[in-house]
Amino acid sequence: MSELDEDHHHGHPTAPDEDGPLGYYRTLEVAVRELLIAKGVITVEALRRQIELMDGAHAGRGSLLVARAWVDPAFKARALEDGSAACRELGLEVGALRLIVVESTERLHNLVVCTLCSCYPRPLLGLPPDWYKSRAYRARAVREPRAVLAEFGTLIPDEIEVRVHDSTADMRYLVLPERPADTEGWSEEQLAALVTRDAMIGVARAIRPGP
Amino acid sequence: MIVAASAPLSPRFRPGDRVRVRRADPPGHLRTPFYCRGRAGRIERFCGAFPNPEELAYNRAGLPSQPLYRVRFRQTELWPDYTGSAADTIEIEIYQHWLEPGEATE
Repeated sequence: MSELDEDHHHGHPTAPDEDGPLGYYRTLEVAVRELLIAKGVITVEALRRQIELMDGAHAGRGSLLVARAWVDPAFKARALEDGSAACRELGLEVGALRLIVVESTERLHNLVVCTLCSCYPRPLLGLPPDWYKSRAYRARAVREPRAVLAEFGTLIPDEIEVRVHDSTADMRYLVLPERPADTEGWSEEQLAALVTRDAMIGVARAIRPGP
Repeated sequence: MIVAASAPLSPRFRPGDRVRVRRADPPGHLRTPFYCRGRAGRIERFCGAFPNPEELAYNRAGLPSQPLYRVRFRQTELWPDYTGSAADTIEIEIYQHWLEPGEATE
């Protein structure tokens, strides 16, 4: 029996139940939420819908923007000029998000981090992965980005510039990865399948089609 | 709300300008990372003006809005013992009140 089985008797990982007493901030959050609902400022339905929307966002949305930019140079130029407008052009609802699209090329590799917290283009990528929010990633991505990239299996030759984007304020960032070779003539749908969440954060390249 | 009093501050810097981040450590909610304070870089772009987050954090209006820039630094400027390529860079969003004109001999 593996360690995993011993830890999870139901055969799949589960979040730990938090049966202990609420801490100060959890209590504060519950109290404010219940007051807002009691006073009619927000409704339970609106709150539930917002959680559903946030949980429903996923990197498949961002990959549509990347695939379009790969096949349409005029669209790519517009996306690099105004990422939020490019999203709306594709019918991707991003609300008030101020998106900056940064293009990786054969001479430049982009990497995104939020050293202060966990700023992330959620409408396009979904909720950030746990490692993105970890102190280790946030500290090391700015301090030794090439070492961090190597740990993700992304080896960047010295002659290629690594550019880190620290998402410290009101902008959010999406990396437009380099289009893989041997994808000439592919449809946007086929191309989008090569674009992973990690490629749009910049810790990986787009998937190279196999033989 | 008095609109005239809340007109955004005018941008002082333009893309390509040399700037230096103020070396300061005021109390409160700050969005200027410690690792770039006192460091020299260049304006990459102007991002627009936004209510000052240092004020918003305390439920104040944050007006007049502060111009926000992306500033590009060489990694070797931020980390003297940086081990990657000398051409590596980092871009950070910094509000205007944290920026001073940079020296010509950066």
